[in-house]
Parts: sequence; C-alpha cells; structure tokens
Amino acid sequence: MRFSGKLRAAPISVKVSLLVIAAYVVVAVFAQYLAPYAQDQIIGDGLAPWSSVNWLGTDDLGRDVYSRLIYGAQNTLGIAFSATVIAFTLGGSLGIAAAIVGGWGDEILSRIVDVMMAIPGLIFSLMLMSILGSSVTNIILIISVIYSTRVFRLARSVAMNIVVMEYVEFAKLRGEKIGWLMMREVLPNIVAPLLAEFGLRFCFVFLNIAALSFLGVGIQPPAADWGSMVRESASMISFARDDFQAAAMPLMPALAIAALSIAVNFVVDWVLHLSSGLKNDG
Amino acid sequence: MRLLIARFGMGLLTLLAVSIVIFSGIKLLPGDFAEATLGQNVTPQVAAELRTALGLDQPAIMAYWHWLTGVIRGDFGTSFAGLGSGDSRPVAALILPRLSNTAFLATVTAVTAVPIAVVLGVLTALYRNTVFDRTVNFMSLGAVSLPEFFIAYVLVLLFSVIWPLFPAIANISPSMPFSGRLTASVLPSMTLTFVIMAQMLRMTRAAIIGVLSAPFIEMATLKGQSKWRIIIVHALPNAIAPIVTVVAFNLAYLVAGVVVVESVFVYPGVGQLMVDSVMARDIPVVQACALIFAAAYIGLNLLADIASIVSNPRLLYPR
Repeated sequence: MRFSGKLRAAPISVKVSLLVIAAYVVVAVFAQYLAPYAQDQIIGDGLAPWSSVNWLGTDDLGRDVYSRLIYGAQNTLGIAFSATVIAFTLGGSLGIAAAIVGGWGDEILSRIVDVMMAIPGLIFSLMLMSILGSSVTNIILIISVIYSTRVFRLARSVAMNIVVMEYVEFAKLRGEKIGWLMMREVLPNIVAPLLAEFGLRFCFVFLNIAALSFLGVGIQPPAADWGSMVRESASMISFARDDFQAAAMPLMPALAIAALSIAVNFVVDWVLHLSSGLKNDG
Repeated sequence: MRLLIARFGMGLLTLLAVSIVIFSGIKLLPGDFAEATLGQNVTPQVAAELRTALGLDQPAIMAYWHWLTGVIRGDFGTSFAGLGSGDSRPVAALILPRLSNTAFLATVTAVTAVPIAVVLGVLTALYRNTVFDRTVNFMSLGAVSLPEFFIAYVLVLLFSVIWPLFPAIANISPSMPFSGRLTASVLPSMTLTFVIMAQMLRMTRAAIIGVLSAPFIEMATLKGQSKWRIIIVHALPNAIAPIVTVVAFNLAYLVAGVVVVESVFVYPGVGQLMVDSVMARDIPVVQACALIFAAAYIGLNLLADIASIVSNPRLLYPR
C-alpha cells in the first residue's frame, strides 16, 4: 500500500493529530502575520479581561496574551526544532561513522555516550545552564549535545546491520571514502527508523525546553514562550472559582504544549506500528 | 553471582565517570563568571575566593581528587550564597534536610503508583482489544506525552481550587505531624504518579501479553482452567521478572519529574534547591544536586538490571 492509502486507513486520532501538527507549523512560521501585536509590545492596562480588541486579555504587564501565544509557537517550536536537527546531524553522523570505523574509535565514542546517558536529561541540562548561563544559543547547544547521545545509540545500532552488507563491503574495496560510505551506502537504508525517532526526540526536546523555561532557566523574557508564560501567570489559577478567564491564563500555554506533544506521540506511535508490520498488537 | 558483582561494579564505575563529567563541567565556565554571578562591583578578593571554592586555582586532576574525596566524606564544599561576607554555609547542610523530604515524596509516589500500574497492566492484558483496554491505552499514551506542570496545574485546579480538598502549596516542615505531611504531599505525588504510571502500565501489559503467548499457557487453557487461575497461577509468576524490571526502570523517571513537580508545589526538596541554585548560579550546590540525582538514577537502573538477573536462573548461574 502506498503512503496516501495508509494515511486514509489511519485511525481518526492520527488524522486529527496530523492536522494539529500542521496547524502548529503554520502558526509558528507565519506568527508575524497572524499576531495582532508584537510579543513585547505593551498595549494597555495589565490583566485586562477578554475583549474584541484583546481576544484573550492582557498579562500583568499589559501585553496581548493572544499575540504572545502565537509568538510562543514560533519561539518554542523554532528552538526545539533547531536543537533536534543539530542533535540528529551530530549524533547521526557520529553513530554511522562509529559503525563503519569500528574498533577503538567506536569503543571510545560508545563509552562516552554511555556515561552521558547515565545523567537524566533535565538534570544535565539544568547543570550546564547554570555553568554557561541562559541564552537561546546556549539552550540549543546544550540540548542538542545531550540529545545527540540518544540519536548516536540508535543510528549506530541500525547502521551496524547495514555495514556488514556486501554492497558496503564492495564500496569499501572500491576505495570509497568514509563520507561516501556514510551518505550513499548507509544513510539511505536507515532513514525510516531515524525519521520515526526524529518525531519522538523532537517531543522530548520540546518538553525538556518547556520544562527549563517553566523552571525559569530557559528562554528569557521578554521573548514570549509557553513554558515561561505558564510560570508567570501560575498564581492566577487560584482565582478559578470567581474568574474563569484568570485561571485560563496559565492553562492556555500549558495546553498548547500538551496538545502538540500528544499529537506528535500519536503519529509516532502509528508510524512505529506500521513499520513494525504488526496489524494488531496482542 | 559473578554476573551480579560485575553489574554492581559497572554501576560504581558509571557513577565515577559521571562524577568526572559533573565536576569537569566547571571547565566550561566563562572567564567573567565571578562578575556575572556576583554583580559588577565584585572585589578581586571575593573573585579569588570563588576560584578557590571551585578549585580553579589548582590543576584539574588535583581539584577533582580534592572534590571527590570530600564528596565521599559527605563534604560537598561551600555554597556561593553569602560568599565574601563570611557567613557562607556548607552545601551538605543545605541538602541534607531536603533529601529526606524528596525521599518521602518519592516513596509515597512509588507506593501508590506501582500497585495501580501493575493491576491496570494485568487487567488491560487480560481484556486486550476491548473498549476498556483501548480507553486505558489511549489515556496512558496521552499521560506519557503531557508535561508534568500541565498535569500538576490541572490537579490544582480540580482538587485545590474548585473542590478545596488538598493544599496547592506543599510547604512541609519537620515539625508537621506525619498525617499533615501526607495531606500536603497528596497533589505532588498524584502528579508524579500520573507521570510514571503510564509507561509502567504499558510495559506491564506488554510483559503479560508476552507470557500469555507461551506454550504452557496454551496447555493450561486446553486443560480447561479458568481465565483467572491461568493469570494468577501460571502467567503472573513468570511475568514477575519483567514487571519488576519495568517498575525499577520507570521509577528512574521520578528523578526528572521530581524537579518540576517540587517547583510547582513549592515542595522543599532537593529538586527545588537545584532549580533555585541554577538561577543563582550557585555551582557547588548544583553539582551536588546533579550528583545525587544521577546517583539515584544509576542506582534504580542498576536495581532493574539486578532484578532481571536474580529472577532469571539462566542468567544467575551461567555455564
């Protein structure tokens, strides 16, 4: 069955999830055109209620919450996406190279990765943030290095099955350089598991960055970001009994994070299910 | 037995390597660190004190040896807070009272999460591909992907604001009675339960399903035994090994979850201390917290491995 056919046969939760992901991407890319105000623009009194001018009211400093939610998509997703891409480039190429070269190089790299993976990701990133300080460049660097270890493991183990194939052996005998072996012989054959892993890793990276921002050491103000928006308005939740709009302030950005994460997980789960060839687990 | 000792030695070796990584992190410190942490008008004397505290005035290996021997004796160095004014506190004194609080929270969570997850896992495996199974699976996949603080605030909204049953702030203190501490820890541990239960449940289900496809289960079915007898007498004893492994493995997720959850509920544990210290860039405290969390994580993973070795005679007595 071709991919379009598989898509049509997918469960409804997967179709909805794909739509949700597409919507997030559109909002993130076109934030400038969709948001009525700039992310750090103070447009009036603080904590204004919902109205036709400020659809979701204003925050404590008088910035438009709706605009900040939209810019939050751009900032949070942009950083998470670039960190994931770097992690895959770094971890993927090292993993494939380790599988091809083997021997001591492979052994040393694998042991370093083992040690780095023995420290929980959030704890490791918190520690490095305290040393290097909070900035967007540092977040992307730290997160991508930490998560490249997970990518390295997967890329190495799937590439191991490919490097023993005759055509790789033949390319080696032909005298091809390692760059050719990696890009032309091994990579095309391990793209599928790497792509499924990309979705899963993106989710972890995204949640890790959201957690860092929520803890106050991630993306710094005045840039709008969902994690820090939850943190800044968290105390408003205690007014939920009298004022629904106040309680919605921390819950909306949290929901934005949750919805994307669930959508990506449903799609990844479905892709893994397809590629494992199982029609019905159990 | 030899395998057990080897695995244990491996765990210790990993911990040692992790301590090197954690310690050598300070080599990445930017040059203007003292100014950046303590403000523009830092005196040269305080800056020098800071360098001494971090061991930056010694060769790296000496400094690491000094730090490691200190850690083994329970001396994690001196906190940066109050440095220069002469009233800085030892890191161990800051961490110790909080360590028992975090351990309390983790224990309460484990005691509630593990039985629920195992029972639900067995039930979904037994009634697989029914509406019940699908609902639980759908919800657990959702719970795996939710950020901890989202679950936390939804629980606060429901059980603290709309129905004020439990406090939203879990500021426990040693003078509180046990019941008071327990009530205050309900919402944080409920949040953590959600975080770790979902994965545990899914893996327990997979483990039971794996056992149910074994030939001796088919034999029992053909003998005409009841569904429950098959589960309790034949399947469960054989699934205990993978389940124990899954439980220990998933408890390790507590380590990351506890940081965020303590921060949400202002729970005075090690996680909150770590976040505060990261913001104040109090490096010795951050290093000590990171080492404690990494040790807990490595320990639980080791426990998972040992459980799987002990429960599998073929691994315990290699030929």
